[in-house]
Amino acid sequence: MSFLPQIVFLIIFGLAAWILAKRVKFLNRNIHLGKGTTRNDQTDARWKTMMLVAFGQQKMFKRIIPAVLHLFVYVGFIIINLEVLEFVLDGILGTHRLFAPFLGGVYVAAMNFFEFLAIAVLLSCVIFLIRRNIVKVPRFTKPEMKGWPSMDGNLILIIEIVLMLAILTMNATDQILAERGVEHYLALGGLAFSGLIQPLFEGLSDMQLIIVERAAWWFHIVGILGFAIYVTYSKHLHIFLAFPNTWYSNLKPKGEMENMPEVTNEVNMMLGIPTDNPNEPPAEIARFGAKDVNDLTWVNVLNAYSCTECGRCTSECPANITGKTLSPRKIMMDVRDRAEEVGKSMDAGGKGLEDGKSLLGDYITKEEINACTSCNACVEACPVNIDPLSIILQMRRYVAMEESGSPAQWNSMFQNMETSFSPWKFSPADRFNWAEKVKEEEIK
Amino acid sequence: MSNYKVPTMAEMAAKGESPEVLFWVGCAGSFDERYKAVTQAFVKILNKVGVSFAVLGPEETCTGDPARRAGNEFLFQMQAVANIQVLNGYNVKKVVTACPHCFNTIKNEYPELGGNYEVIHHSQFLQQLINEGKVALQGGGEFKGRKITFHDSCYLGRANNVYEAPREVIKALDVELVEMKRCKTKGLCCGAGGAQMFKEPENGKKDINVERTEEALATGANTIAVGCPFCLTMMSDGVKNKNKESEVKVYDLAEMIAKDMGI
Ligand code: SF4
Ligand code: SF4
Repeated sequence: MSFLPQIVFLIIFGLAAWILAKRVKFLNRNIHLGKGTTRNDQTDARWKTMMLVAFGQQKMFKRIIPAVLHLFVYVGFIIINLEVLEFVLDGILGTHRLFAPFLGGVYVAAMNFFEFLAIAVLLSCVIFLIRRNIVKVPRFTKPEMKGWPSMDGNLILIIEIVLMLAILTMNATDQILAERGVEHYLALGGLAFSGLIQPLFEGLSDMQLIIVERAAWWFHIVGILGFAIYVTYSKHLHIFLAFPNTWYSNLKPKGEMENMPEVTNEVNMMLGIPTDNPNEPPAEIARFGAKDVNDLTWVNVLNAYSCTECGRCTSECPANITGKTLSPRKIMMDVRDRAEEVGKSMDAGGKGLEDGKSLLGDYITKEEINACTSCNACVEACPVNIDPLSIILQMRRYVAMEESGSPAQWNSMFQNMETSFSPWKFSPADRFNWAEKVKEEEIK
Repeated sequence: MSNYKVPTMAEMAAKGESPEVLFWVGCAGSFDERYKAVTQAFVKILNKVGVSFAVLGPEETCTGDPARRAGNEFLFQMQAVANIQVLNGYNVKKVVTACPHCFNTIKNEYPELGGNYEVIHHSQFLQQLINEGKVALQGGGEFKGRKITFHDSCYLGRANNVYEAPREVIKALDVELVEMKRCKTKGLCCGAGGAQMFKEPENGKKDINVERTEEALATGANTIAVGCPFCLTMMSDGVKNKNKESEVKVYDLAEMIAKDMGI
């Protein structure tokens, strides 16, 4: 027997692993363009959030139809990947259906279940394609979804469909060969779903069947390796990053805006309040708020790489609903695009962050961030606990404190607050006037 | 018969007393013509029920919420730290406020700057009074049998998970509570949060408060209940925009309870 297929397999497998390792390094570095922040407290709550939201798909179930379809694809993905383990071992060892003899009836039951999942995945993907391209669900047709993002969404569905067809074809031809008693092939006693397409291949000779079976096998395994690499370039990174992303969720009340301790020190000094360590010189503050991707935290950038571009945030955003340019999904896509741009430039020995561009300005406009009501609808809606609001508010800080570039009406609000301690221009002396009337009334 | 009283912390301190709870009025509650009625209604309820309370009066200033959300962290912290000094000076333990923005800021953001208090929203406070039987509702009066819808404020609901208290308060009146299509966790903002109250909205197809008012009107309710000064303004403006102000009224929860109590 020739070892050629095994050698070819090992080369392909090794190559895929090498490319993947490089991609992981690239992505990890990009995420860490963001500033350090610690989110390692309350580990119990973090595990629980991850299990519920990422593993348990809790937030998906706010919309039942996509939730069920997505669940099929998700469960299918995880479980069919168990089969890939056998594929890889078969590929390396030159065996065929390595586990079958050991597992016996369990193996047949498992194969039937995998086939059921393959069909469920296939149908779900077809429905998803229809929702995107024929029904045109509004959240998939927003301006930020033009071009690559929409192509990416469709491509992955088509790849999944083709991969599932390959599994079914492989099983169907494999079983005809086994029934004909061809050496190497094991009869599993009839597989429920691929059995249905067996008649398509009955007319082929043994040799032709072997070619189809092998082709489907190779197509499937190479397809899966290719898919794994493709995922790292795509919004489908969420299938891996949803887990760390939910683990690092913001566990504080949604209304609480992150404090800036560097400001507290200065405020305390201005008000003459003793600080904790008065001898410590004030920290060197690089920049207040966020202008570019490196001013955000790495959790913000991780959020961006975990975004599925599903648009649930945008479809709940009051600003977007009423036609403003703000779209929380676009904010996340912009952060990712900017991180990619900077990362690629750094790898090519280019200018990186010093390319004269910045996230705010070149990607995100002030008009967008000014329109946010900080209502947290986007945060609530996101199935993987992404927080677009955090990014928007950090950018507002940059505009207000570094540029004094807030809208004029906000600047006058700031002034009112400084001079009369109210956002409106009323005399502080009149603050208690409301009580006059009540005090004159008799209790009934 | 005696008159309603509005004691200040300073007055109380001068007498060596301290109230059970501080009523944080907020800027809108102090200055907004329409919202002053809510402050007055709430104070009347407190008087009627005999709750030991006080206000800061002239010593109160903005919590800093709009400044922080508009990005001016310096201004926010200046306001916050000054307020915390006053509150801590009076040894305040418990704060009640009718404004979800003040509620959120004092409850969630002041602790990190040294201000730790038990903070509750007036809807929670009213619910407690009703549950304890301290507020005896007549169940008749102006709201009897009315169809009422409640508009969730973002800073009460999503930001702090207070969804039930305001609904319990409404249900305690003899009325029919109807929900809007977008409610509770999926509620739609009135358009004023995040300092939007203090500037014109960005260009779009529509103003947010109009969208929200349309949704409220679609329920067929003739009363829109709110628990926030900004929501009150935005929804009232929305109703005016739709020329419905003669049929549809916008009220704060405290006003509804006070009316039902006949005060
Ligand atoms: S928080 Fe801002 S971005 Fe998010 S939904 Fe609300 S308005 Fe839109
Ligand atoms: S941020 Fe969340 S809700 Fe918005 S598009 Fe990305 S994954 Fe979807």
